[in-house]
Amino acid sequence: MDIKDIIKPENQVYKKTDLMTENALSYCPGCGHGTAHRLTMEVVEELGIKEDTIGVAPVGCSVLAYDFMNVDMQQAAHGRAPALATGISRTWPDKYVFTYQGDGDLAAIGTAETIHACNRGENIVIIFINNGIYGMTGGQMAPTTLPGMRSSTSPYGRDVRSMGSPIKITELISNLPGVYFVSRQAVHTPKHVRKAKKAIKQAFENVKLKKGLSFVEIVSNCNSGWKMTPNDANKWLEENMLDFYQLGDIKIDGQLVQK
Amino acid sequence: MAELKLMKGNEAIAEAAIRAGVDAYFGYPITPQSEVIEYLMSEQPEHRTGMVVLQAESEVAAINMVYGAAGTGKKVMTSSSSPGISLKQEGISYLAGAELPAVILNVVRGGPGLGTIQPSQADYFQSVKGGGHGDYRLYVLAPASVQEMADFVDDAFEMAFKYKTPVLILSDGLIGQMMEKVLLKDQKARLTDKELQERHGDWATFGRVGGRERNIITSLDLQSEKMENRVHRLMAKYKRMEEEDLRFEKIKCDDADYLIVAYGSSARIAQKTVDLARAKGHKVGLLRPITLFPYPKKELMEMTKQVKGILSVELNMGQMVEDIRLAVEHKVPVEHFGRTGGIIHTPEEILKALEEKIIKG
Repeated sequence: MDIKDIIKPENQVYKKTDLMTENALSYCPGCGHGTAHRLTMEVVEELGIKEDTIGVAPVGCSVLAYDFMNVDMQQAAHGRAPALATGISRTWPDKYVFTYQGDGDLAAIGTAETIHACNRGENIVIIFINNGIYGMTGGQMAPTTLPGMRSSTSPYGRDVRSMGSPIKITELISNLPGVYFVSRQAVHTPKHVRKAKKAIKQAFENVKLKKGLSFVEIVSNCNSGWKMTPNDANKWLEENMLDFYQLGDIKIDGQLVQK
Repeated sequence: MAELKLMKGNEAIAEAAIRAGVDAYFGYPITPQSEVIEYLMSEQPEHRTGMVVLQAESEVAAINMVYGAAGTGKKVMTSSSSPGISLKQEGISYLAGAELPAVILNVVRGGPGLGTIQPSQADYFQSVKGGGHGDYRLYVLAPASVQEMADFVDDAFEMAFKYKTPVLILSDGLIGQMMEKVLLKDQKARLTDKELQERHGDWATFGRVGGRERNIITSLDLQSEKMENRVHRLMAKYKRMEEEDLRFEKIKCDDADYLIVAYGSSARIAQKTVDLARAKGHKVGLLRPITLFPYPKKELMEMTKQVKGILSVELNMGQMVEDIRLAVEHKVPVEHFGRTGGIIHTPEEILKALEEKIIKG
């Protein structure tokens, strides 16, 4: 069979969503960002809401998310994405507004904006990529860096006595009444990708209900920052990150999930 | 409909914002400007015009809410006072870089640091030289009355959208707190979403309505050549502002031998000094810059052909005086007089300084 036969429409089993641009991803090979981007855009396409969707890209690796996500986007100052999203959503209450933020952005410099957007119950979606490190600036310690985990600013491992413990901001915000839906997922295996997409879809569907904020954490990798091969990084994620950041729904329909 | 009322400057600007058809206000309380958000909250403009009013968790959040809403083409404003405006500088730099229209009110109090809650003009440098990081300027309007607090809302938004730039209304605790009669304009309708989409659809991010290509709001250009082009584009706007939208007022300047330059509340007080000086036989005029950026440089140079000296009167230790000296290129003596720390100069004090520093017997 010739390649031209293989790519005939009737043979096509998978197609990249048009809501991802043709630009080559600038992320490192093996990074979870590309998958998380694609899932988000697939959800927007499947819900038929591209005309009503506005995304906010933060500072960090995903600062150029607007190069890849083919929807209206704004670039925010470091940590301020939830404030931008508030401004957009409050003046366009029927639109689907989402932020796509990393751990340093959301859980360190933007903690106040995160907590207060959640507490006000802004009708937005927050997608939180947690890879336990500052990727863009070259692998420094993040608020979510695990105890003992090495980074360029914790070269001997995170010492919780002097550097503090990793913050579980997702659990923290799940206790706020303004938050309607919270889920923690991953994208390192096909099974996890399917579950993550389901959570992201739920989050976007919730916007229509106007009952509060929906928050999806994606525990992801950073093979460059972790100084591992992509395979090793995914294995390390499975063995270390997921033990501390346990996957699953945390809050559904405004109710904390009992475990 | 138009209405004559007795109001505080802070209340007048809040009411004027509703009447100007502003879409949203995001703010955070700080003395001496808290009346702005208090007035808006008590007026419930969501019932009058649909205007959104929200108290943010910080000045930082408020300016970023402004950025978000401004990026969708909405008419949006915030207000604060000096320490709060310092916190907003990051956001203001991003607004300038991303070329977004927005209006920011600074009701200046004394500094540095926590300073004092009394009036001051010590934020002049911060307002006209950039304030935040990077190569940018703000269009800066300086009201000298409660009436101008109200009138400048419309003017500021006109400039903000004309140039797609943040506009600063630089007031102070005196203008903000004092009560005067003010003629409020008729209610303007807010743009409908459809009108907004037609007017700003080529740049604003309200969603890809009608399947149009995506719009992106950003101040990031990782390629140096592109970034340099962006800054050149900003500089071209600032040049155009100087050519088309410079504003100043000349009071009793026709026969003046000496000139006072003052803006805002200092100009109000110096106006009295002009009369006191003329009663003593000194021909003194007042040049009041209404825009502090762009600045009336050419006009000042023109005045050097006529006047023997210039006194810059400011509620600070000498900031605008530097711009006057640059403008007149040492053609005539330029001196400064100002009080600071929240103390307001009297017309008599200014006259004494004028006599000692400029007229000299």
